[in-house]
Formats: sequence, C-alpha cells, structure tokens
Amino acid sequence: MSSLPSAITQGLDGDEGGMTYLQRLPRRVVTVYLPLAVFVFVLLFPFYWMAITAIKPNDELTDYQNFSPFWVVRPTFDHIRYLMLETSYPGWLLNTILISVAATILSLIASVFAAYAIERLRFQGARVTGLAIFLAYLVPPSILFIPLAVMVFNLGLYDTRFALILTYPTFLVPFCTWLLMGYFRSIPYELEECALIDGANRWQILTKIVLPLSIPGLISAGIFAFTLSWNEFIYALTFIQSSENKTVPVGVLTELVRSDVYEWGALMAGALIGSLPVVILYSFFVEHYVSSMTGAVKE
Amino acid sequence: MTDVTSPALRHDDSSLLRSLHNSRGALGFLFMLPAAILLLLFLTYPLGLGVWLGFTDERIGRSGVFIGLENYAYLWDDNVFWLAVFNTLLYTSVASVLKFGLGLWLALILNERLPFKAFFRAIVLLPWVVPTVLSAIAFWWIFDAQFSIISWALERIGLIDTPINFLGDPTNARASVIAANVWRGIPFVAITLLAGLQTISPSLYEAATLDGATPWQRFRFVTFPLLTPIIAIVMTFSVLFTFTDFQLIYVLTRGGPVNATHLMATLSFQRGISGGNLGEGAAIAVAMIPFLMAAILFSYFGLQRRRWQQGGSD
Repeated sequence: MSSLPSAITQGLDGDEGGMTYLQRLPRRVVTVYLPLAVFVFVLLFPFYWMAITAIKPNDELTDYQNFSPFWVVRPTFDHIRYLMLETSYPGWLLNTILISVAATILSLIASVFAAYAIERLRFQGARVTGLAIFLAYLVPPSILFIPLAVMVFNLGLYDTRFALILTYPTFLVPFCTWLLMGYFRSIPYELEECALIDGANRWQILTKIVLPLSIPGLISAGIFAFTLSWNEFIYALTFIQSSENKTVPVGVLTELVRSDVYEWGALMAGALIGSLPVVILYSFFVEHYVSSMTGAVKE
Repeated sequence: MTDVTSPALRHDDSSLLRSLHNSRGALGFLFMLPAAILLLLFLTYPLGLGVWLGFTDERIGRSGVFIGLENYAYLWDDNVFWLAVFNTLLYTSVASVLKFGLGLWLALILNERLPFKAFFRAIVLLPWVVPTVLSAIAFWWIFDAQFSIISWALERIGLIDTPINFLGDPTNARASVIAANVWRGIPFVAITLLAGLQTISPSLYEAATLDGATPWQRFRFVTFPLLTPIIAIVMTFSVLFTFTDFQLIYVLTRGGPVNATHLMATLSFQRGISGGNLGEGAAIAVAMIPFLMAAILFSYFGLQRRRWQQGGSD
C-alpha cells in the first residue's frame, strides 16, 4: 500500500486543483498564501531562534536594548567550541549514532522475516499475529519504562548501551513490520510463484526476489527507525546513569543545564547540532519519510 | 531478476531442510522467531510485570511483596494523582482538537495548486523530524520568564507592559506546553491528511461545482466524508501519543508550577524513578491503560467503518 498512494498522487498531479483558475488572485492571497505564510513562519521560527542563539555572543544574548534579538552583530563559534571541546557532547553524539544504527539494523532484520512470514508464508494464525503486531505498535513507552527498568537492572544491563539497543526494538519492530507488510503486499505474488516453479526455495525467494524489489520500503523503514531511535528519550533517561553512556537528548538536558546559570548559547548549539543528522537524513529521503509516515497510518 | 528464471538455482539441501522449506507452519515459526523473542521478552513480559509491580511495594534496590490494591487505594485519595489525570485529559483534548483543526487547515492549503509545493511539504514536516527534547529546549528559551522573544515582540507592539510569565503561572504554563505540543503535532496530522486528500478525485469536486455546491458544501459533503476513515486513524494515533506524552513536560516544567502541568506519565516517572517507589509508579502507568484501550477501540471502529464504506471489501 505504501507505494500505491504515491502512484495515485502522481497520476493526479497534472489534474489537481483543476478549478483553481476560477479563483481570482486576491482571493487566493487571503485564503491560501497568507495562511500558508503564517503556518510556515510559526513552524520554522523555533529553528531560526535556535540557530541564531547558538551563534550569539553572550553579551548580545540578553541585551535587547542595544541589539535587535532577531539578528546577530558579531557571530561567534564560542558556544560550539565549548560544546565540542569542554563537554562530553562528542561522546553523546557517538553513542547516539551507535545505538540508533544497532537498534535499527536489529529491528530491520527481525521485521523483514516477520513481515514476510505474516504476509507471504501465511502460516496458521498469520492474521492474528499481524493484528498482535499492530497492537504492539500502540503500546507506548510511557507505560513500559518502569518494568523495563527493573528488567534492565536484573539483567545487569543498567547503564550500558545494550540496554537501549535491546529495548528500542520494542517500538521499532512493530512499526517496521507493519510498514514492510504493506510493502510486501504490493509485490505481485506471481513473481514468487514463477520462482517456486523454477525450484527456488523460500530463502532464495526472499533474498533474490522480494528484498531487491522492496529496497525503497527497506530504506523507508530504516531511516524512520533510525530517526525514532535518535529521538527516543524516556528509556535513555531511565536506563543510563553515567555521562559517557548518555545519548544527545538526555545529555543536553541533564548535563548542560546547571541549576543556577543557563548557558543558553551552548544549550541551543547542542540542540541544533543534535538535530542536524536527522534533518540532513530527512532532506535526502523526504519522499521515503512521507510514504512511511502515511503508509503506517493507512493500513 | 535473470538469475531467477535460469536453472542455476541449486537444490541440494538435506531432506530435513527441504521438508522444512515446504512446511509453512515450521518456516513461518522460524521466520517469526527473532521478532517474537524481542517483542515477548521486552514488550509483553514488561507489560505483565508492570501490572504485577502495581500490586507490590517494590522500591529501587529492594524487591517488593504483594500488597494488593494498596497502591491504588493510596492513589485514590491522592489529590496530586487526580490533578494529573485532569491535566492529562485537558492536555490531550485541547491539544488534539487544535492539532486536528490546524492540521486539516494546513493539509487543505497544501492540497491547493502551489509553486514549490514539494518544498513546502518538506519544510512543514521539520518540527516532527527533530528530536522532541531538543525542540522543547528551544521552546524553553522562547518561553523564558525574562528574555522571551514573544514577550519582547508583544512589548514592542505595545500589547503588554511586563514580560509574560509563561512557565511560572499555572494557567500560562498549561497553555504554553499545549502550544509546544500542538506545534510539534500539526505536521503529522497535516501530512497524513494531505495524503488522504490527494486520493480524492478532482472530478468529484467538478461534479459538485456543476451542481452548484459552494466551497463549504464541497468540503462538507465531498472532502469530509471521504476523509473520515483516515481522520479516525490519524486522530487515534495523535490522541494516543499526546495522552502518553512525557518528554515535552519533563523539559519545560517537570510538572510544575504546583503540579499544574503534571501528566500521568511524568507523575509516574517522578514517583517511580526519581522517588524510587517503583510499585506506585507502575500503578500510575497501569491507570493509563483503560484510557488507551478506549482510544484503541475507537481506532478499531474507525477501521470497521472504512470497511463498511468500501462495501465490505478491504
């Protein structure tokens, strides 16, 4: 299904808004362009504010009398330098990358097999299993973190990266499986039948036919899972204690915020740099993102 | 693809393996194994363990004993817990209504013929892509009591005289966290509804226009009915994620001032992890389940309706 909507929308592209010529320009300015401008301004302003604060010297930061807060007179890299050289920030970045990549790969492998089994092997109880996977997707981390903390502690994983690598799949596997099920469904069954007749076994069908055809689906699931792991907070906050094992969101919030003085410049620089990897990834794969987001909801 | 049709594929497995390959049940079981182990171990089991912990007095560093409904009895008489329930319902309902209204509006705008449409669609999704905690930190700075940019701008226009105490006053704090949540939630609603809008054939609008339908009638009698199934699903997800929200509150207010913004999830964390009362924290988390079940049932009936609308086929 996830490839189908985009195919439909592309088909309609030349046709959509076919009656807009009936509307006069001034009317369109009020009904379309003005609201759109307000939406874009509100949605993007926090990012601008984050970026401009990150490069403001401290004396301009809180002096709204002599400097316009919307601009910076003498941009500085002091905050970024402080962040990179005098805090554990580079280590947090490395941790986040490591944990996100490992959790994503683990989840993708488990999900490919599960989705193929549910969607194509159609073993007994496949429908029920599919429904169970969907229900698992609806279980929020907020009700799991306390029992998981007890488990993580009893397993001796407390304050290790493995605690996060093993628990992130709880929300990644249901999501990826659900997405890939929809993707596998769009591959014609006849291709597999041909291969079966030619003597291929299930493993060969999966690796030589289904997987090569579902590379876009795998990319969608992969980058989405990576982003979800990158953004995860409550498990990382609960299971990690020492500074050197923290991820970026937890590190920025718990280590850069000191009780008395807020280092707003460094905080904003930390938020900005921590957001960049996912934003860059997103900018390369916008279509995959949109299709995985809408695909997950549509089925 | 060529090597599939060629006879190059060998088939020299042992007979045991071959019978495995031909048995759907056995192979299905094998393929399900990795996902099943991960989910049973780290999702199903903790879910059960959480319910069990709710009936014990377990603390950090000390295993607990069964104490029946004592945790729930304590919470029943706890004003802070009921305040958190009220806050969660208020937060969820207000934020969801705003997200739905604004998201649908944005989706309708983006569905118009626009220059740089793909660019706008990509940009609009940004708040949703960026880690919530990091954008919440930006909002923390925007909502600063002294140096808030909003206060500064309003003072310059002349609407207010003193800076707004965004996060220090109970009412303001509630409005502020809801605003930040709505900011982050609009893109998800807008982009998914836009995908739904794009599947509606323009010829339906043309036909309605020829029949003399006004823009409002076209929306009410063409767009809205066709969009209902996807609205039901999107809003279920939105309600679910808003109801169990933790990160935004934890960054912006930690539940303050005077517990005015404590949600059930943040209260559960405060009592369970920070306070060390794992049993009580688990009981608060379990108390969220009935609400979540209601949301899931709502989603189920949303799906049912879709099947019915499509004439029983899906």
